Amino acid sequence: MTLSIEAKLRRVLSDVLGLKPGQADAFDADTGLFGHLPELDSMAVAGLLTELEDRFDIVIDEDEIDGEMLESFGSLLAFVKAKREAA
Amino acid sequence: MTPTTYPCPLPGGSISDEYALAFDQGRTTRILIVPALLDEANKLRRFTVEVMRRLDGAGYDCFLPDLPGCNESLQDLSLIEPEDWATAMHAAARHFRATRVLAIRGGGLVLPPALPGWHYAPVKGASLLRTLLRARILSAREAGREESAETLIAYGLENGIELAGYRLSGEMLRQLQTLAPVPRPGLSVIDQDAIEGAPLWLRAEPDHDPAQADALAAAISMSLAP
Repeated sequence: MTLSIEAKLRRVLSDVLGLKPGQADAFDADTGLFGHLPELDSMAVAGLLTELEDRFDIVIDEDEIDGEMLESFGSLLAFVKAKREAA
Repeated sequence: MTPTTYPCPLPGGSISDEYALAFDQGRTTRILIVPALLDEANKLRRFTVEVMRRLDGAGYDCFLPDLPGCNESLQDLSLIEPEDWATAMHAAARHFRATRVLAIRGGGLVLPPALPGWHYAPVKGASLLRTLLRARILSAREAGREESAETLIAYGLENGIELAGYRLSGEMLRQLQTLAPVPRPGLSVIDQDAIEGAPLWLRAEPDHDPAQADALAAAISMSLAP
């Protein structure tokens, strides 16, 4: 079974935040990420982005990374979906 | 488990005693552990030692030497390059009379020559570097400064650079950009998929997962079984 982009993104966030299975299911489009979750510091976000590149087979340019993209689960999901469509 | 040291050759020709953890009962199989690099070393330190405890329990000696400039080492990291780490691991392998090697993540980029063994969750030097650069760019941005990867690399190659608290030399940057795991006979790759569970090097806070330590130690024990 191929996981949807959304399910895969929840999985990556779970891995980074050390969430238990199912806990990331509660994330909705408005769930705040960078700047909202204290454990999501710059090192963790950097690791997250590198992992997204590997798991989604995309390349993220540094100038694409901004506060808005990392602001919420919804905005990060929209970014990854757009990247996958362009890939 | 006992703390010990090994004689580590340094750039410039001197030798320092660097720290190592050892489970040594003079058994036949002696496994040298090459630790993960830089930030990942912190995230994976406990996991690495937990794997060693299990290997010890399974009847294998194992040794975890510090890379010069990392962990307890007093060497100046900004004077070290990856080749020095490989030289250090070669010296440690000889000192501890290792018969096998287990490299963790980026540790596979600085292997001692010839030893058979395993490489857990290989990673390219360029990926490690990209993550460190991003962390720096993100924290600069939070502080209201704009930095770009190209500018940082160009500056770093010339002058060295501090990334995520690690002072890296220009030569370190240059080599990390191109270092990649090289398949070699006798060295089996153990991917994270085979271990299952969330990769601990990704975790925002260093964490532990006994099931993953069990799985890696079991994979190694099984491949050593006669």
